[in-house]
Amino acid sequence: MLQRLGSEALGYLQRAGRMGCFLFACLVSIVRPPYKFRPIIRQIHFVGSRSMFVILFTGSFTGMVLALQGYYTLRQFGSEGLLGSAVALSLIRELGPVVAALMVVGRAGSAICAEIGIMRNTEQIDALECMAIDPYKYLMAPKFVAGVVAMPLLTAIFDVAGILGGYLVGVSLLGVNAGAYFQQMYSSVVWNDVEMGLVKSLVFGLLIIWICAVKGYYLHLEKSGGFGAEGVSRTTTDAVVLSSVSILVWDYLISAIML
Amino acid sequence: MSETKQNIAIELVDVERSFGQQKVLNKINLAVREGTTTVIVGPSGQGKSVVLKHMLGLLQPDRGRVLVYGKDLARMRKSELKAVRQDFGVLFQNVALFDSLNIFDNVALPLRERTQAGEDEIRDNVREKLALMDLDGVEEKFPAQLSGGMKKRVGLARALVMKPRIVFFDEPTTGLDVSKSNEIYRLFFKTQARLKYTAVIVSHDVPKIFKLADYVALIHEGQILGNIPPEQFQLSDNPVIRAFVEETMGPIYSSEREERFFYEKV
Repeated sequence: MLQRLGSEALGYLQRAGRMGCFLFACLVSIVRPPYKFRPIIRQIHFVGSRSMFVILFTGSFTGMVLALQGYYTLRQFGSEGLLGSAVALSLIRELGPVVAALMVVGRAGSAICAEIGIMRNTEQIDALECMAIDPYKYLMAPKFVAGVVAMPLLTAIFDVAGILGGYLVGVSLLGVNAGAYFQQMYSSVVWNDVEMGLVKSLVFGLLIIWICAVKGYYLHLEKSGGFGAEGVSRTTTDAVVLSSVSILVWDYLISAIML
Repeated sequence: MSETKQNIAIELVDVERSFGQQKVLNKINLAVREGTTTVIVGPSGQGKSVVLKHMLGLLQPDRGRVLVYGKDLARMRKSELKAVRQDFGVLFQNVALFDSLNIFDNVALPLRERTQAGEDEIRDNVREKLALMDLDGVEEKFPAQLSGGMKKRVGLARALVMKPRIVFFDEPTTGLDVSKSNEIYRLFFKTQARLKYTAVIVSHDVPKIFKLADYVALIHEGQILGNIPPEQFQLSDNPVIRAFVEETMGPIYSSEREERFFYEKV
């Protein structure tokens, strides 16, 4: 019993250490020359611009439902005019970064994990190493840069789409005064709120790529066995679950620190 | 060529390696002489690929040393290992082509990532290597669109594109029919004559592989037996080697035995 507990604990420590070393190696490989921009652009395209549609879609619907719920709640206190600031604040500080990050996990994170996992399974990563090509520099560095660049931009787009969605429901459908909607927003949102959203999205961007990439990269060391198609699918599921959970945990931590 | 004059390219000294409870390599000793072709044979599951992965530095030994040109892979910094690997070319068992890159980009990748060569130079070099492998008109295709034999040839082109000093072949003909295997062997001869690399081949394509070999080593229960020229290997007195040769090639009759057999029958 004690022995099993010990070996479990050691296993966790080992995995944590491995993840830490992996992140360190990736970050070092980003700053080490030579710099190649084409792979970075390609990854930003993959993580960022190809997530646009889903971000616009979820963003506007999130804003719409916020406005809908907010309107009926605020009306009980006769303060429908505050709708703009309620929608904007909850989007910019919380929902924007979190929901956008969850969407990116589902779309790009899972793909990254599966791609790297399959490369590991089919010896493509071994082949890179044998060709004296650093897999961190070649595979990971562009993905990390893309994650950190694309995530804040996607979050910003999500926020804007949400605010417009809120306008559509609040002003056009429910009849809140358009001037009040934007005036309240303008006076209540301060730089600190935007900063918090920005910090969150940067952290989430790094977190998503880190967890999904490391899971794929060490697929062959997974305790449940990372072999074959089933191994890839199981590891991808793990990566998506783990990144989603970490996003929510870190969301709380960052809020607690920055508020 | 006397043996003492030849340089040793790779040397395994008392290498031990276990996976879990199973001891796969038990004090392996093997020297690969520069400029020669060393073939490692043995039944499946005896650790042939494991030996190869140790030579490549993909696996570290539990005990013992793996020396490449006199330098120990296991005690190397990452940057040194990378430098050693600059001299390596590898044809993997499942070829391990990058399946999201087309054939041209696959072969060009080492040139793009490791050299300062311009695109024109890269294109010429890649086309030359593909032509050497009799692969024309496949540049735009993706690995999944090629047959097994063609993939192997692309893999060989990729392994040779940096003009390596040592080339490793992990089961180069497994899964190919006889004519495709012969094609690979023919390309092997052709490229080795031209590029003069040291070759390490892991295979169980016995006896055909003997034609390629300068030295044959048998891996048996975690140990290396032989590492001798194929003629000697086939006539070896070692009971294990003898059993392997007889199992894979049929009994070999020396004239004395053959006659006795003949007379007994009569």
